[in-house]
Amino acid sequence: MRLAVNQQSMKASSSAARFLLRPTRWLIYAALATSALFFLVPLVVVLLNSVRTAQEIGLGSLIGWPSVFAWDNYVQAWSSYCIAQRCDGIRMYMGNSLAMVIPATIVSTALGALAGYSISLWRFRGDSIIFAVVIMGVFLPEQMKLIPWALVLRDLGLSNTVGALILIHTVQGLSFTTLFCRNYFVGIPQDLMKAARVDGAGYFRIFWRIVLPLSPPILVVTVIWQFTGIWNEFLYGVTFTTGVQQPVTAALIAISVTAPTDVPQYGIQSAAVLLAALPTLLVYFFGGQYFLRGLTAGAIK
Amino acid sequence: MAALSVRGVHKRFGPVEVLKGIDLTVENGEFAVLLGPSGCGKSTLLAVVAGLERPSAGTVEIGDRVVNDIEPKDRDIAMVFQSYALYPAMTVRRNITFGMECRGVPKQKQSEAVARISGLLQIDGLLERKPAQLSGGQRQRVAMGRALVRDPLLFLFDEPLSNLDAKLRVDMRTEIKQLHQRIGTTIVYVTHDQIEAMTMASRIAVMDKGEIQQFDSPETVYNRPANLFVARFLGTPPMNTVPARLARDGDSLAAIVGAGQPGAATLPLPTQTAVAARAYMDRDVILGIRPECISDGAKRAADIPATRIEAEVEVSEPTGAETIVLIRIAGVRLRARVAPDIKLRPGQSASFSVDTRTICLFDPQTERLIA
Repeated sequence: MRLAVNQQSMKASSSAARFLLRPTRWLIYAALATSALFFLVPLVVVLLNSVRTAQEIGLGSLIGWPSVFAWDNYVQAWSSYCIAQRCDGIRMYMGNSLAMVIPATIVSTALGALAGYSISLWRFRGDSIIFAVVIMGVFLPEQMKLIPWALVLRDLGLSNTVGALILIHTVQGLSFTTLFCRNYFVGIPQDLMKAARVDGAGYFRIFWRIVLPLSPPILVVTVIWQFTGIWNEFLYGVTFTTGVQQPVTAALIAISVTAPTDVPQYGIQSAAVLLAALPTLLVYFFGGQYFLRGLTAGAIK
Repeated sequence: MAALSVRGVHKRFGPVEVLKGIDLTVENGEFAVLLGPSGCGKSTLLAVVAGLERPSAGTVEIGDRVVNDIEPKDRDIAMVFQSYALYPAMTVRRNITFGMECRGVPKQKQSEAVARISGLLQIDGLLERKPAQLSGGQRQRVAMGRALVRDPLLFLFDEPLSNLDAKLRVDMRTEIKQLHQRIGTTIVYVTHDQIEAMTMASRIAVMDKGEIQQFDSPETVYNRPANLFVARFLGTPPMNTVPARLARDGDSLAAIVGAGQPGAATLPLPTQTAVAARAYMDRDVILGIRPECISDGAKRAADIPATRIEAEVEVSEPTGAETIVLIRIAGVRLRARVAPDIKLRPGQSASFSVDTRTICLFDPQTERLIA
């Protein structure tokens, strides 16, 4: 019996090996490798330049292997490089971005979960119209909302503050977070809601005790989506804040401005770009698997 | 005291009227079954009683208290759902105590209640598991436990057995009936399964198209169906309902099946039926007779008057315990039930004995029971 199984598995593995040797198989791998390389080139160039000195890049080309590893680029980019006449590096702007992204992500996710719960599980008159209106926010280009936001921020006295960006990203994020959560929660059987109502649970208790414990997959998806979206956002950051209030995406533009007489500091600039991209990369590495799973997950049974 | 009385309840969903004037009174301690085909409104009626849906018109009283404006949780009811509706993220214990937690019952009382109920339903060993780790039958028990722990005035069951496999369903049916006999609490039970209804109910409300067609004991609903819908809905196979003509038969009346055709069968009516149907003399009626009342006659006791008829066999369907035979009398098709050892070939002519005591007559226009 065991012998037969072994023979079978040997047969299976040898057929897999034969399959790997087929020319079509190699074509597929070659195509995949080429496209992977194509997409990775910019990242590789930036990675390499971030540890090359300005002289080396200036004398040679933008593409090349570092002769010495200039780790100092990262130190300078972080704490002493001059951006718009301030020589403190990007750390302050990173701080601004964190101060913006953390509350905006948490609040927009929390409100989106509550809104999605209300729309999907508590049917009320006009619920589908309200949902349609909320979802419209997903399709509105952000340029369209610049002027209205400028007026709102002026009236609230929030112009040129991190608070302004928190408010904007929280409100704008609601469309997405509501959509995500609503689509997940419609998979929760109505009978659960009925049972909970007969048991005597109200709106918030059902949310807290029954719906939220089922929600980690969609909450992870929503948090990743909001975090990366808000962190990478540029237009509102550069429009509504200046100087020391700017998020790092806006400050990175200032970093690339070099006086005509100076040597362009490509090494330090590359290091700054990578530092600015680090938080979203980390979020993706730690949550990416949930993200892929969560987007395809539907029903809760 | 009536545990439940529903008066003139209508329910509309937009233009669709799902309940068209329901009147229903369930006495204390009764096991009332709402039975009907899917879409007849039985589950909606239950949801209205539970307070999960508001009636468009009419009143609902539970224990002599009008509850129209009272929330489900304050109606003194407990409900078991078809899908069980166990809270997936909670253990069995939490599922059972959740209602008490909502009502602020002290922890000590909660654990006493869990101990009592889990003993009663034999789910002691499952208390720390999550619903996903339970089999269908175990989930069913937990769902019952969640309802039982409340000790309500009224239990509502919404097709609780329809997700179980056939064998388990039979076991649970017996268990629910025993449970009812032990605790004696009033039950309103929705099902589309007539065997469940017949075996468990003290009274069956047969529903169709948003109306209650008949509300009576299982025996009456089965033997004296109020109209043709009930006659044709209950029984597997259902009651034969065929055109017949009433004619004088000595001092009494007889129903003639296939009147005017060669081979017509004359079935004398019992006195009671004949008296009630006098007005239909020489008129066409619909005759209803259960398949088990047309048999081979061998097992009939001698003291039961039987009428013998000659019929042609069309199809013979053995089921093991009995054989269902489709027969033809003067062009009219009827089903009969015979003992399994009787072999009948299609096309063969055979003699059957008819137990005429349970013949029902229906008015062909109103479709209502005449007698």
